[in-house]
Amino acid sequence: MSNVHPYVGRATPRVDGPLKVSGLATYAAEFFAEDMLYAAAVPATIAKGRIKRIDLSAAKGAPGVVEILTHENRPEIPEDDAPYLNDMVAVPGSPFRPLRNDKVLYSGQAIALVIADSHENARHAASLVTAEFEVETPTVDVADARSTAYEPPVPRDGIPPPPPPRGDAEATFKGSEIRLKHDYRVAPEHHNPMELQATTVVWEGGGALTIHNKTQGVINPKNYICSVFSLDPEKVRVVSPFVGGAFGMALRPHYDLFLAVLAAIKLERSVRLVLTRGQMWTMGWRPDTLQTVALSADADGKLTSVSHHAIQATSQFEDYQEPIVNWSGLIYDCPNVSLKYELAKLDVSTPSDMRAPGATTGVYALEAAMDELAYELKMDPLELRLKNYAEKDGNDDKPFSSKELRAAYEQGAKRFGWSERSPEPRSMKEGKELVGYGVATGCWEAMMQPHSARAALSADGRLEVACGTADIGTGTYTILAQIGADAFGLPIEEVTAKVGDTSLPMAPVEGGSWAAASAGNAVQLACAALKEELLKAARGLDDSPLANADVAHVTFADGKIALTSDPEKSVSYADALKAAGSERLEAKGDFAPDGEFAEKYASYTHSAVFAEVRVDEELGVVRVERIVSAVAAGKILNLATARSQILGGVVMGVGMALHEESVWDKSLGRIMNANLGEYHVPAHADIHDIDVIFVDEEDKANPMGVKGLGEIGIVGAAAAVANAVFHATGKRIRELPITIDKLL
Amino acid sequence: MADTISASGALDAVSVTLTVNGETRSIDIPPTVTLLDLLRERFHLTGAKKGCDQGQCGACTVMVDGRRVNSCLQLAVMKDGAEITTIEGLGTPDSLHPLQAAFVKHDAFQCGYCTPGQICSAAGMIAEGHATTAAEIRELMSGNLCRCGAYTNIVEAIEEVMGAERAPKLEAAE
Repeated sequence: MSNVHPYVGRATPRVDGPLKVSGLATYAAEFFAEDMLYAAAVPATIAKGRIKRIDLSAAKGAPGVVEILTHENRPEIPEDDAPYLNDMVAVPGSPFRPLRNDKVLYSGQAIALVIADSHENARHAASLVTAEFEVETPTVDVADARSTAYEPPVPRDGIPPPPPPRGDAEATFKGSEIRLKHDYRVAPEHHNPMELQATTVVWEGGGALTIHNKTQGVINPKNYICSVFSLDPEKVRVVSPFVGGAFGMALRPHYDLFLAVLAAIKLERSVRLVLTRGQMWTMGWRPDTLQTVALSADADGKLTSVSHHAIQATSQFEDYQEPIVNWSGLIYDCPNVSLKYELAKLDVSTPSDMRAPGATTGVYALEAAMDELAYELKMDPLELRLKNYAEKDGNDDKPFSSKELRAAYEQGAKRFGWSERSPEPRSMKEGKELVGYGVATGCWEAMMQPHSARAALSADGRLEVACGTADIGTGTYTILAQIGADAFGLPIEEVTAKVGDTSLPMAPVEGGSWAAASAGNAVQLACAALKEELLKAARGLDDSPLANADVAHVTFADGKIALTSDPEKSVSYADALKAAGSERLEAKGDFAPDGEFAEKYASYTHSAVFAEVRVDEELGVVRVERIVSAVAAGKILNLATARSQILGGVVMGVGMALHEESVWDKSLGRIMNANLGEYHVPAHADIHDIDVIFVDEEDKANPMGVKGLGEIGIVGAAAAVANAVFHATGKRIRELPITIDKLL
Repeated sequence: MADTISASGALDAVSVTLTVNGETRSIDIPPTVTLLDLLRERFHLTGAKKGCDQGQCGACTVMVDGRRVNSCLQLAVMKDGAEITTIEGLGTPDSLHPLQAAFVKHDAFQCGYCTPGQICSAAGMIAEGHATTAAEIRELMSGNLCRCGAYTNIVEAIEEVMGAERAPKLEAAE
């Protein structure tokens, strides 16, 4: 059976779907080994200070305890930073390492690891470990550290610092009649994927380890572990076929990995360490950021100046950086732009990339300010955006590789019914509820990374496509299988996609929305190379009907290679394999981003987000009635999984607008709501209609024209909701989330 | 309770017999073992997921005697004699339960980690018979969090299965 209709571009059901809905997809904590031990990490109960004494006596006597590791009795670990910097996502600074010494750097830091014969015994004994601390006063609120803010001396790899100022934003602002300047703040958020951070280390004997780790890229934990523990890379394999959500939190190696490997090596046993939900607040997070945006415009609404200043929290030991303010120099056309980005150190764990890091935070502030400007000008907020539409990237002075944002505005507005909006705040009402419409723009960079992939055809007619990337729910398995199926004209059921294993061709971590474009093109290249190999074998047959055929003159379909001009002349895949004298023929593809193209063009995805909210003023409750997200993101490989990516981003944006907030106790420096009951992520009842539109966009940054979708769904979503809340109520809440108390 | 604590301080194991996915299974376990950990770590039925271990996320939802239950909040010893159905017992890749098939069709998941809990919860909710509208489904499914944000697709999948179940009844009523 051939696939007359190609799979790429269609809403192909997930190839890993049947496994996932049957509970048979195996995540990091779901692999078993003989005589496996269970570990539990003991958290520090202070945020800053040092451990005076750890009392292990009760824990040591508890049933089933095999070992307890602390900074006092742990095996030697390297003191230098260098081995710990073998992390693709490391940031400038001195990486955290568990059980290093007696210092406590943030609340919940692991101060001991209990290893026992069962999960229950490890958990129980961990509760018996007590410690005495010398407590110092922590600083955990970025507003309290404002005066210490500094521009990061060493930029983070891959994160561009703000561009130099253009024009004179300050003078223009001062001389403008129409202007505004406001402070915005987004509450700290934690990723909280549903799967807990976990590592299962299988002790294979002879020093060989198989590690199942919740990670967004198996190569990263492998490199890190081999470097930190001086292990032979030949003897370490990381296998993580399924990842229960991550959203950026599983980019860097976390302490579960370090501790589980440390214990396994010390005890020469297999070890499982699953962190608790509370411990999900002891690693990366979306940092608290103080933002100030100043805009000025002429009477027609043309922006005359944009200034954006951010002070973002980081830890005492690392300068975590994300691009927060840069967007304000490229989303709109403006001659006078001034952007400033600073950090402030807190006694917290190092923040990390969380879905559209930087853009989610910064574009919220810009888009809220643009909304305020529209009301100031008595101009339709959508019209204001169109008036200032950027035809080029003003930061780098480059044309866009493609930008169909105008179509996204138009199609989104039409689907939403934006024209039915009455301009005045508080002017729309239904029953007891105020109704508000809001709009915002979203933007994210279309990135790519070098990826390798393999394609292999076997005698049973099945195709395997493989790449060491990850599928964290993004649909990577499915798009790779679609690409393979189309290349060989196979039904998708006859294609196996493999990811999440260090034995597969090299890929970096999966993040930044670069996996679809990078792994997709790598698989496409591998398939093209395999076609050449297969055709070469077919040509070599005695009296081959394809003797002089070139790959451009043949069609791969129906299990055979046929001359396109004369399909009667063909060689079956099976015969070609036989001619190659092999049960399995494979080829590799190496994809690298086109550097020359990137020199000439700026590549971004864009979105136009429209939100309708209903506000019950007596209760202060905001309901998001519906959202339309119109996205321009190049070629869409799979309409179903692509739509799901946008839905997920929008839902997280609703959480940012209305619910999500990690709350530190300022005197103790500890997080007060480190659980899913009190840190509210959107639930079923919070989410109503979400409509996703993909506008046509042709892009040439890579052969497939793919831009990636993991981030763009969230950018602008919270601003659209917050702007709708203003339209409904006339109240401008500049600190997210917009909780009931802020509206009453 | 002193007589259940042995000299080493270990709690004596208790014998528990459960019917899991139609199969009777007996095991000696300490009384501190939750139903979730019994299923996952001892029976290797890892379809029931651990998302919070405190009844706040619903990823561990299984059916106990026909009712949906957060298995992380149940001590296994308290369920002696109970009939447990996990996601593995609901259907298999080759023979999917209608809810499982509808979840695939509507792309009602992404990472798949909350999915077994969503499906078991949906099966329980349908059996309870209180939901007739999308709004009621959303309300009665709100104990099952999905961080990937597949909610709209999950509700569509459940609605489709509920519609298919109702249709023959409506025909019979006519």
